[in-house]
Amino acid sequence: MSTQAAFATALLDPQRPCPEGLFSANGADPASRFAVYRNNVQNSLINALADSYPVVSQLVGDEFFRAMAGLYVQRCPPQGPLINDYGKDFAEFIDRFEPAASVPYLADMARLERLRVQAYHAADAQPLRHEQIAAALSDPQALSELTVGFHPSLNLLTSAFAVISIWAAHQQDATLAGIELDHGQNALVLRNGLEVEVFAIDHGAGTFIQNLQNGQSLTQALETAPAFDLSQTLALLISHNVITHLHHNQVSP
Amino acid sequence: MNPLSSGLPPRSGLGLKTEHFREVLGAQPDIGFFEVHAENYMVAGGPFHHFLGLIREQYPLSLHGVGLSIGAEGPLDNQHLQRLAALIERYQPQSFSEHLAWSSHGPVFLNDLLPLAYDAPTLNRVCEHIDQVQSTLKRPMLLENPATYLAFQRSTIDEADFISEVIRRTGCGLLLDVNNIYVSCINHQRDPLAYIDALPLHAVGEIHLAGFAEDTDSLGDRLLIDDHGAPIDNAVWTLYRQVLERVGPIATLIERDNQLPAFSVLHAEARQADELLHCAGGRS
Repeated sequence: MSTQAAFATALLDPQRPCPEGLFSANGADPASRFAVYRNNVQNSLINALADSYPVVSQLVGDEFFRAMAGLYVQRCPPQGPLINDYGKDFAEFIDRFEPAASVPYLADMARLERLRVQAYHAADAQPLRHEQIAAALSDPQALSELTVGFHPSLNLLTSAFAVISIWAAHQQDATLAGIELDHGQNALVLRNGLEVEVFAIDHGAGTFIQNLQNGQSLTQALETAPAFDLSQTLALLISHNVITHLHHNQVSP
Repeated sequence: MNPLSSGLPPRSGLGLKTEHFREVLGAQPDIGFFEVHAENYMVAGGPFHHFLGLIREQYPLSLHGVGLSIGAEGPLDNQHLQRLAALIERYQPQSFSEHLAWSSHGPVFLNDLLPLAYDAPTLNRVCEHIDQVQSTLKRPMLLENPATYLAFQRSTIDEADFISEVIRRTGCGLLLDVNNIYVSCINHQRDPLAYIDALPLHAVGEIHLAGFAEDTDSLGDRLLIDDHGAPIDNAVWTLYRQVLERVGPIATLIERDNQLPAFSVLHAEARQADELLHCAGGRS
């Protein structure tokens, strides 16, 4: 094994001894010096996860979170130098992490917080002006063939738990009193200007937006969505500046 | 004046923290330049680019890489190098710097600046990587001296000689991190001034100052850790004065990445460095 291979392996696995071939000028045990690097690697990556998943951390407490994140770091170290991206599959790790099973909504909270990070750093795009949207929607003939382009930050999450209510509670006093935890919610995550916003929407509205995101026309998107309030949903999308394109599909002759 | 330092003004600068974006834009403090970690801005869009773009219109910028892994045994990550080139094209920073260290092994990124064995193969590899960086980015880079906690039995070259030879061969500049010098010299029982005098000081293009944490090793000896989480230590200020006596006024960054205080606290440290830079300018 090369010097750096041995070093890297021992950094990520605290069970392994300090690599060979190292020394301290004062004769101190090199393991006591190597521990600095090991702590730096472990702690900096755990801190990166704590930054991305603040509510997950609050839900289980700092000590539990750091222990769980430490195991994730050992099993899934970053595969590149962009730490903003690190932990994309933390939710899947949490799903399989037995000691967290008593907090069944924890993995979905990680999914929601990941979508927030993604929305924060997503590409910029100019939303359509409200007058442009009003003009496009005013022609009932063309409306059915209209497709909608969304801001790159827009994303959806369907959860069997009340993740949005739980998340919102942790922006304030962190009390879960009054929240029906296993009341499923659909999250709409977007960036409006510089601010990331999260909304709880109807299942039908979520399906509708998902259909539009898949390229379906307004009519097609409506047909397969369970009942929901269309005008309220369009108003939400328009007022939060996430409609960036409206296209009239050319009907083939 | 050293041509490598021509980009950044001979003033003190601060690391630009997201927590301070709005305050900097609102108050427009008298700061010589700002420095950012390149990897933080390798994102598609959003607030980071929004604020950096606005701040860049008003201040000189130093782009400081922490993820290129110049000392790695494997090849440089060409995709990462292209991302750096794109950032440099976008923000036109006055300076680009990276570390004499490694941080990736194969695809795994370890998120720390790890130490190198100083021998002939490492020297050749580091020089090849720096050549590749400078030819891809079409500009000279500054190489930062490391803070280290242990040494390799394999090493055959003194660290200062190793750095001197890299600079001689590649034509890169030196980012002289005075805190790293102090930390390493305490940890390895070296004389900091002798170390400084063994470096090619003509190539210094920027100086870093920071605080360290203090621990002890298995013998109970002081073990200093470069954690950027404390005010600059008096011993480092003293060493900085001695550096300025040798190199004259050169752009100096106050680094603070952890235990972030209010902006005004960092600004006070920057003013302290500015006073010393001003004195050094009067002397030279």
